[in-house]
Amino acid sequence: MQTLTINGKDYTIDVPNEMPLLWAIRDIVGLTGTKFGCGVAQCGACSIMIDGIVVRSCSTPVSQAKGRQITTIEGESKNLEFLRKAWEEINVPQCGYCQSGQLISATALLDANEAPTDEDIDNAMSGNICRCGTYVRIRQAIHKAVELRNGDVELEKIKS
Amino acid sequence: MSIGNLKRRDFVKVFGLASGGLILGCNFSGDKAPIINTLEDGVSFVPNLFVQLQKDGKLTIVVARSEMGQGIRTSMASAIADEMEADWSFVSVQQATGDAKFGNQNTDGSRSIRTLLNPMRKMGAMARLILEKAAAKQWGVDHAECHAENHHVVHSSGKKLPFGSLVDAAREIGIPADNEIILKDKKNFKYIGKGLHSIDMNDFTHGTATYGLDARLPNMKYAAIARCPATFGTVKSVDDSDARSVFGVEDVIQLDRMKAAPGAQFYGMLGGVAVIANNTWSAFQGKNSLMIDWDMGPNGSYDTEAYKKTLVERVQKQAKVTPGLKGNVNAAFNKADKVVEATYTIPHLVHAPMEVPNALAWVHDGKCEVWAPLQAPQSARNELATFFGFALEDITINVTLLGGGFGRKSKSDFVVEAVALSQKLNAPVQVVWSREDDIQHSYYHAQSAQYLKGSLDNFGRVTGWLHRTAFPSILSTFKPMSDFAAGFELGQGFTNHPYEIPNFQLENAKAEAYVRIGWMRSVYNIISGFGVNSFVDELAVASGKDAIEFRMDLIGKDRVAQNKSPHPYDSSRMKNVLKEVQKMSNFGQPLPEGHGIGVAIHYSFYSYVATAVEVSVKNNKVKVENAYTVLDCGLYVNKDAVINQMEGSIIFGMSIAFFGKVSAKDGAVEQSNFHDYQMTRMKDAPKIQVKLIDNDHEPTGVGEPGVPPVAAAICNAIYNATGTRVRDLPLSDHGMV
Repeated sequence: MQTLTINGKDYTIDVPNEMPLLWAIRDIVGLTGTKFGCGVAQCGACSIMIDGIVVRSCSTPVSQAKGRQITTIEGESKNLEFLRKAWEEINVPQCGYCQSGQLISATALLDANEAPTDEDIDNAMSGNICRCGTYVRIRQAIHKAVELRNGDVELEKIKS
Repeated sequence: MSIGNLKRRDFVKVFGLASGGLILGCNFSGDKAPIINTLEDGVSFVPNLFVQLQKDGKLTIVVARSEMGQGIRTSMASAIADEMEADWSFVSVQQATGDAKFGNQNTDGSRSIRTLLNPMRKMGAMARLILEKAAAKQWGVDHAECHAENHHVVHSSGKKLPFGSLVDAAREIGIPADNEIILKDKKNFKYIGKGLHSIDMNDFTHGTATYGLDARLPNMKYAAIARCPATFGTVKSVDDSDARSVFGVEDVIQLDRMKAAPGAQFYGMLGGVAVIANNTWSAFQGKNSLMIDWDMGPNGSYDTEAYKKTLVERVQKQAKVTPGLKGNVNAAFNKADKVVEATYTIPHLVHAPMEVPNALAWVHDGKCEVWAPLQAPQSARNELATFFGFALEDITINVTLLGGGFGRKSKSDFVVEAVALSQKLNAPVQVVWSREDDIQHSYYHAQSAQYLKGSLDNFGRVTGWLHRTAFPSILSTFKPMSDFAAGFELGQGFTNHPYEIPNFQLENAKAEAYVRIGWMRSVYNIISGFGVNSFVDELAVASGKDAIEFRMDLIGKDRVAQNKSPHPYDSSRMKNVLKEVQKMSNFGQPLPEGHGIGVAIHYSFYSYVATAVEVSVKNNKVKVENAYTVLDCGLYVNKDAVINQMEGSIIFGMSIAFFGKVSAKDGAVEQSNFHDYQMTRMKDAPKIQVKLIDNDHEPTGVGEPGVPPVAAAICNAIYNATGTRVRDLPLSDHGMV
C-alpha cells in the first residue's frame, strides 16, 4: 500500500512501485484529466507536476512521488487559474485532449518565469504535441495570462 | 428542407416532458432533401436534432455530429440558438447517441455545416415562431406584433415574457406552415458568423471533458491487443506464461480476424492476442510479455521503398485515361516552346490523433452498450449488429468527445474488438490501443506517385497538361482487387483542378494495397494538392513570369463549372483568394537573405484556399517563418473556430511536409511512436495569419480544405529560397529538418 498526494488530497493505493503515475492516477485513483498520448515521454499529454516540477507521468514511476505533492489539471494554482482564463479568452483548444498537459507545462513555465519570451515558450512547450495545431494560440494565451496576472497585481496594489 | 407536403402532426410535435419542457424535433435523413419530423414516431419520423426548452429557460440542444476539435457542438447549437433568439448563457449541448433516427451522423468530408446549417436555422426559426405565437395568444394580440429577442418574446407595446414562462402555452400552439417560417436576415445574426468560444471550454481547461479513454464503468477490465506486424497476418502459436504472471493481468484471449463480406462497408477487426487486466498499464505490460509466432500472411513482404519505385515506374508510362480529356496533349507537347516534366511522391501517412483508438463495451442481457470516440457511430452500430447478431435497438452507441479524429475514428475496428472481448468475458471491457498500435496498425493514407508533363508556348502560356497518378484506393479496404482509383478519389483535386488548359489529359495507374487504406484529413487532396501546386510552380519558373500572375492566367477567365455539383467551382472565387493572399503576404517583396516565399491554391470540399509560406533555409535546414491562408468557405458559422481550423491546417500540413512518412519493411511498419513519426511542435510553429472571405455563398467545407496547399507552398518557398526543388516528401528524408 502506498499513499499519493494529489491536489492536496491523499489516496492510498495498492500498486507496484514501478507502475507509471499516469495509470495510477487514471485507472486506480480515477482522475482522468491527465491524458495518455504516447507512453514514452514524447508528447506531454500526461504532464503533471511533482513538487512544482513538470514530469511526464507516463514515464515516472509511482515510487518517485512518495511523500511529495502531485498537481494535476484538476488541481488549483494561481498561475493555472490565469492560464485557464487566458485559454478561454484566446479560445485555444480544438479537440482539447492535449490541453491538460499544455496547461500544466505552461503553469510550470509561469511559476519559473514571470514574463516568458516567445523563445522561452518554445523551449518550455515543445515537449507538448498538439495534433490539432493550436500552438500559435497557446503562445498567445501564455502572454495573455501574464497580462492578466500583471493586471491583477496592479489591481491588488490599487486596492491596498 | 421540405415540410410543406407533410401532415401537420408529422412536421413537429410539441409536448411536455416530465420536467415540463417543450421539445421540438427535426429530422433530415441524409444530406439531401432533409425534412422536419416528429420526435415521437420511432420508426420513420424521429428527430435527428432537437431543442428542449424548460420552464426555467434552460435550453438543451442535441448535437448529432461528433466533436473532434472542429467546434461542431458549439456551431450547430449556436445556429439554432441564433434563429431562436435564445440567450447563449442558457444553452447546453447534449451529444446524440449513434442512431439512424438522427439522420446522417458521419462526421467527415467537411460537410456538417454545409449540409446541416439551413435545416438547423429553420429549426430555430420554427421554435421562435411558436414561442411568439404563444405569447401573442396569452396577450390576446396578433403575433405579428410580437417578436422574440434575447430569450424573451416582446410585444410592440414594450411588454415582454421570458421564453421559459411560455412553455405551457407553446404546447397548445399549432405547427406553423412551412411558408410561415422566416429565417433571419444575415445582418441580424447574433452568433452565426461571430466567434463564440467552445461550449466545452470549461471542461477542456479543468480536465473534466470526457473522451473515450475517460469512460469508466464499475468492475471494468482493460485490454491491450497484440496484432500481427504485417496486415492480415495470423497467430501461429502463442506463449502467454510471462504475460499471465504480470501484476494485474487476468486473462489472455486470442481473437480471430473478423472481416466483412466483400463490398460491405464494414471494418471488422484484425484479430490477435488480447491481454486483459485490471488497469491499462498491466494490459500493456502483459501484451509486451507475450511470445507470439506470427504467420505474416499475404502482405508479409510489403516494402514501401520498393513499392515507391514500382509506382514511380508505372506513372512514367501511359496508364488508364480518365474522363476529362481535352484537345490533344501530344500535339501540344510537339509544338511547345518548352516542355517540363516532374515526378512527385508522398509516403503513407497516419492520423495519429492525440487520443489513441479505444472503446469501452459492455455486453450484458442480450444488449450491447458502447462508449467510444466515434466519427461514424451509426456505421459502428450497424457493424455490431452484423457481426454479433444484436438487434439494432439493443445496441447503444454513446459518442464521447474525440481527442482528435482526422478520419481514423470513422473506422470502428476498435469497437468491434471491445465488443468481442466483453462478450467473451461477460464484463465491461475497454480496449486501449498503445501509440505503437496506432502507428503500426492503422488505415493508412495512401502512398502515391504522380507524373506531370506540361508545355509552354513562346508567350509562357500553358498549352498542354498531362497528369498521371497512382495510389492504392480506399475501396481496397472493402473490396479486394480494387487496384484503380475510384471516381470520388480522383475528384479530389485531380479531375476537378482549378485551371483552364486547352490540351488536357489525366491518367490513373494501377496501385495495389498491402495495408488497410483509409481516409485521413483532406484525403487524396493531399496528393493532388502537392503534385499540382508543385508542378504549377515549376511551370511558372520555366515561363519566367511572375508567380501570382502566372497562376491567375492559368485559372483563366471567370467561369462557373457546368456540372451537377451542389456548389460548382467558380474560378473568380479562386482568383480572389489568390489575390488576397498575395496582398496579405506581401508576395514578391524583397525578403531577408536565405528566405523564400511560395504559394499554393486548392479547391476542395467546395471551398477555396490560397496559402503562402515564407521559409528560411540555413545550412539546408528549413524553418517556416510565416504562413498566410485565405479561405472562402461561403457563409461561416463560428469565425474563430474556422480561423483555428485554418491555423491547425498549417501545422497539420507542416507535419506532412517535414516528417510525414510511414514506411514498411517485410510487411511491418517501421515507425512506432512520436520519436520516429514526428509532429510539428511549438518550436517549429510559424506566425500564422488567416483571412476569411465574406460573401453570400452557401457554406462549404472548413475542416479539411486548409491542409492540401501547405506542403506544396513550403516546397515552392524552399525553391524560391535555394533553387532546390523537393519532389519527394518528407523533408526529413532530405536532411532538411
